[in-house]
Amino acid sequence: MIFKRNFILPIVSFSVIIALWELVVVYGQWSVQVFPGPVAVMNSFYELIMNGKLLKDSVASLYRVTIGFYLGALLGIPLGIMIGRVQVFKYLFNPLIQFMRPISPLAWIPLSMLWFGIGDQPAIFLIFLSSFFPIVVSTAIAVERINPIYFQVAANFNFTRMERLSKVVIPAIVPEVVTALRLTVAIAWLVVVAAEMIAVQSGLGYLILDSRNALRMDYVMVGMIVIGIIGLILDIIMYELSQIESVVASRFGR
Amino acid sequence: MSNIKIQGLGKSYINRRSRKRDPGDDNDIGAEIKVFEDINLEFEDGEMVCILGPSGCGKSTMLRIMAGFDQSYKGQILIDGKRIIEPSSDNVFVFQQNGLLPWMTVWQNVELGLRNLEDEQEKEDTIQEYIDMVELTGFEYHYPSQLSGGMQRRAELARALAVNPEILYMDEPFTGLDYLTHLKIREEVVNMHTFIKKTMIMVTHFIDDALIMADRIIVLNERPARVIMEHKLDFSRPRNIEKEPGLRDLRDQIFMTLGVSYVA
Repeated sequence: MIFKRNFILPIVSFSVIIALWELVVVYGQWSVQVFPGPVAVMNSFYELIMNGKLLKDSVASLYRVTIGFYLGALLGIPLGIMIGRVQVFKYLFNPLIQFMRPISPLAWIPLSMLWFGIGDQPAIFLIFLSSFFPIVVSTAIAVERINPIYFQVAANFNFTRMERLSKVVIPAIVPEVVTALRLTVAIAWLVVVAAEMIAVQSGLGYLILDSRNALRMDYVMVGMIVIGIIGLILDIIMYELSQIESVVASRFGR
Repeated sequence: MSNIKIQGLGKSYINRRSRKRDPGDDNDIGAEIKVFEDINLEFEDGEMVCILGPSGCGKSTMLRIMAGFDQSYKGQILIDGKRIIEPSSDNVFVFQQNGLLPWMTVWQNVELGLRNLEDEQEKEDTIQEYIDMVELTGFEYHYPSQLSGGMQRRAELARALAVNPEILYMDEPFTGLDYLTHLKIREEVVNMHTFIKKTMIMVTHFIDDALIMADRIIVLNERPARVIMEHKLDFSRPRNIEKEPGLRDLRDQIFMTLGVSYVA
């Protein structure tokens, strides 16, 4: 029953939106060039799939997000652990990170183009910036919130420094870090589209920009729809990750 | 062997939040709060001692100092003549709240104290032995959150006993259990003690627990705490407070000592 409701209600809301869209197009005054309807967009969707452009652009965007996001997580999680565990690192890095964090990744566009030129690197750099800071901050907070009893247990059973990290700190922060990663992927996905409107010749952001210049609003809409679909899939993947049994078990540790 | 000697133990801390007497005086760092002072006690090998006292009297703090978790104290604590400087698996602590690591199964938790054993077979046998002993057979691969409160407590006892410690410290180990589970686990701990004869030191505020379990009861008063009563119990086990006039008299005496006008 619950599965059915989970499954059917989203379909209902999507159908209503598409129906409204069609109604507005049919009874509205816009031309197809300005406001294409669902059928026209579906045709263009099919066209872009068949000529391979959609796949190529999606892969290009996903590639940039993946690299930038992994870099952000790979550097951000260890730094967050150090900030959460060592007072010196906390005072050294925390104010700096809080200062850098509110600067929108998009504000870095001029500098990143100057430093990295044209191509994948500036986009990856922007994705990295947009992932790195939230991941560091969430990890540090998660580490600080670990129940001190677990460190006493570790001391009682003579854990080594490495064991304290691998058996207490890391498993204790997994649920919160997974949640942070889930939110961060969404941000990274937002930023990639913007980044691709500037420095590159591929990707979904470029598809939208290029189609606008060609006055193909149907292609623009296809780009938007694909961005939404991929964002949805990324979120589902990250959600499933947070439902793994040992992650769920860790969540009860607070 | 594990003879514990506490000599002149004192603990105080500075309450920095309390208002300074003179705001301009930087040497005045706040009020010094004495938790306890000049405590002298001795525990014999294999003894089961219960420490009673009003809440906030520092009995948990004392236990934590004895286990090596807190090194800022006056006086000294000697275990077999040696000063304790850090926690060690020779003396295992059973925590007031749940001390099981929630991301590990019962099996993995019990394995913690045995993880450095070379012989895999011996390790597995020991883990199984202690899980069986606390009647958690069949729950080896459950996570703590999938167990009831009583089962979690038993798993923690299994983990503590599996390392074959010299001393077991228990800080209000029945807190948060429902009444029946409390009685049941208490009985199990008494049986375990009869069976393995480890030194067990338990902090509690349940007077009945102390009467049922202890070889000796120590009563502390409010902070700064001192020992205000020490009593050896020679009653045979299992004990029944209602049927044993000696225990009832002792209970009245403890209530009076703690300043509760108890009418039996």
